[in-house]
Amino acid sequence: MTDMPISTAPKRSLFAADARTVRRNRAERRFRAYGMAAVGVGILALIVLLVSILGNGLSSFRQTYVSFPIELTAERVDPDGNRDPGEMARVTTFGYLPLLAAAFEAHLDAEGIETDMGVRELAAMLSEEAPAQIRGMVLANPDLVGQTIDAQILMGGRIDGFFKGRVTMESAERDSNVTPAQLELAQILADRGAVETRFNWDFITAPDASGSRPEAAGLGVAIIGSFYMMLVVLVLALPIGVAASIYLEEFAPKNRLTDLIEVNISNLAAVPSIVFGILGLAVFINFMEFNQSSPLVGGLVLTLMTLPTIIIATRASLRAVPPSIRQAALGLGASKTQSIFHHVLPLAAPGILTGTIIGLAQALGETAPLLLIGMVAFVREYPDLMSVHSNSFPLMGDGATALPVQVYSWTQRSDPAFVERASGAIIVLLVFLLCMNLIAILLRRRFERRW
Amino acid sequence: MSFAKLTVSTLAVAAMATTVSAQSRDNVQIAGSSTVLPYATIVAEAFGENFDFPTPVVESGGSSTGLRRFCEGVGENTIDIANSSRSIRPNEIETCAANGVTDIIEVRFGYDGIVFASDINGPSFEFTPSDWYLALAANLPVDGEMVTNPNTNWAEVNGDLPDQPIAAFIPGTRHGTREVFEDNVILQGCEDTGSLAAMMEMGMDEDAAEDACLELRADGRSVDIDGDYTETLARISADTNGIGVFGLAFYENNTDTLQVATMGGIEPTVDTIATGEYPVSRPLFFYIKAAHIGVIPGLQEYASFFVSDDIAGPFGPLAAYGLVSDPELAEVQATVANGTPMSN
Repeated sequence: MTDMPISTAPKRSLFAADARTVRRNRAERRFRAYGMAAVGVGILALIVLLVSILGNGLSSFRQTYVSFPIELTAERVDPDGNRDPGEMARVTTFGYLPLLAAAFEAHLDAEGIETDMGVRELAAMLSEEAPAQIRGMVLANPDLVGQTIDAQILMGGRIDGFFKGRVTMESAERDSNVTPAQLELAQILADRGAVETRFNWDFITAPDASGSRPEAAGLGVAIIGSFYMMLVVLVLALPIGVAASIYLEEFAPKNRLTDLIEVNISNLAAVPSIVFGILGLAVFINFMEFNQSSPLVGGLVLTLMTLPTIIIATRASLRAVPPSIRQAALGLGASKTQSIFHHVLPLAAPGILTGTIIGLAQALGETAPLLLIGMVAFVREYPDLMSVHSNSFPLMGDGATALPVQVYSWTQRSDPAFVERASGAIIVLLVFLLCMNLIAILLRRRFERRW
Repeated sequence: MSFAKLTVSTLAVAAMATTVSAQSRDNVQIAGSSTVLPYATIVAEAFGENFDFPTPVVESGGSSTGLRRFCEGVGENTIDIANSSRSIRPNEIETCAANGVTDIIEVRFGYDGIVFASDINGPSFEFTPSDWYLALAANLPVDGEMVTNPNTNWAEVNGDLPDQPIAAFIPGTRHGTREVFEDNVILQGCEDTGSLAAMMEMGMDEDAAEDACLELRADGRSVDIDGDYTETLARISADTNGIGVFGLAFYENNTDTLQVATMGGIEPTVDTIATGEYPVSRPLFFYIKAAHIGVIPGLQEYASFFVSDDIAGPFGPLAAYGLVSDPELAEVQATVANGTPMSN
């Protein structure tokens, strides 16, 4: 043993890795490649999603209008001649259609544009919303009767599609709702500057429209409905969730009962959301008799759904506050409640708010529970905060839809123009979600403390 | 805590409001068939525009769901009108009666054609009900025995049809359309091919034989679509061999991507369906809760407006959308005007 050297010189250079190190390094590189591939797949999926949605939906923010002078002849819009809006309301939109068609034809004549299309075919180029548009203007301002107004009129969905590239001459040949002659005329009008495709505020503010007028459909009711529901969720879920978590985290004794509650809260967070819809139908509509389709019921259901998320996030952020803070407060003579409300809660607030906003974002995109409480509906009246139509509880009692629900119902409509509308609604929803997540990030940045 | 105050005050408002709940609902609420939905929304929209009443709220969900909710009882928290793409069933009338909904006004406002359409770039088809029975039945009677349907190609079903694998997208059992498809196409085909008679010779009674006729193959060549026609359309764009079942109105809105097949040599159009030449069509209904008339403002007006010549007539907006208008519309208008309930 004595002639054994204490240290042997390395058999190889330190700069050349041995077989095991090479293997380990290789494994590490492989793992990094897997990770990058996983991220790549995710990014690719996101890009495909965004490209398809933006490609389909951006055009819904623009709409095609035609302007021409319309003579509001008194014998047609006010046969009694009293300029009384009550009497004039008896002339329905069906009475305004011939007026509009005749004005359109007269305009073509005056412009010297020749066409062999009949009045019916010409009128079909305009939106079915147009007579209602003109009727609304006349009823709002009876002085217009007898005058010639220069109005911007919505064009039909197919014509609009032509200017957006969705409808082509070839597809018009096969399409029973539009003829190539109508498209040619629209092109002539556009060349003369009478047709304009411009930004469409109505898409964001107008209510939904029926299946025969996709060009007039908007998100107004859905945005208000979603806003009301978020308000309900915020007002109910935040205080209830925070109170529950503070009690469970700071006051509750650790025993079997609280363990059971804890397990159940975690389980509730993973319950399929439609279950909350069934519950909402049974409790809020059938038992408590709140209105069907109302944002109040929607908000209550979404509150139940969001509560576990908020409780879990709040408890996590309460737990993240170091015990030394509590001990210091207690050591200086603060009561337990004082230590929590004066010291722990403010420090946990950014985490709580982030959790709440993420819960809200989740609730904003939820469709399934709303199916069962009648929010997947065709609603054209803007919902009031205090309902005047209500039969039970007036607060947010009017029928409404919500953004994700509007996407769902538009994808079911037969007119292909609704594909564009649905994608546009998804864009609006994504913008809302992006804003909420941005707020969450900003709040965290602003208030977060590291220990 | 301000949150605590907010919660308390919300609860207080809630308690107060539930005690003063005498006000009546002033908008019409409608639910039911997704086939009737587009028509109902067109009417609701025009109704809201032209009358002083608020626009009715129209929900979708299917005929059965609509009628179930319709039969939940009388009162402002129940719907006023159920849209349906089939007539109300006796057991539903019983449920209604058990819950106090006794006077139901049945309004048939038109017909809907059911068409068979395929990708516009594929070959065109001329079907008979027999072709569909032979293509979709689970078992066919051959020489006194039931054998598994061997057909995999339309050309095997009928030599005149194009050489194209069978891939059918048919409405799921949740849809009212399914019933019409079964009765007017599959069962008809079962009779026409003599299979029904053959099965009864084999010792089945009539009900068992009809059930055997309606048993459709489950090997993936016939796919039930429980969603809407847009889903069927998406399936056909993905699988150009597919042939789907659509409503006439849906097809008319998508003539640039779909081509329609004839049935028994008749092309489905508003005219051929109105005369009854085209065999696969069904009436569309809505049901009014008579007890709500006079209680819910605008209900009577909405119903009358729906069946008026301006709306449901052959030149109205519903016909323009694809509805086959009811030749006996005048009688329907009288039913609505008088509020005549169904006799049961």
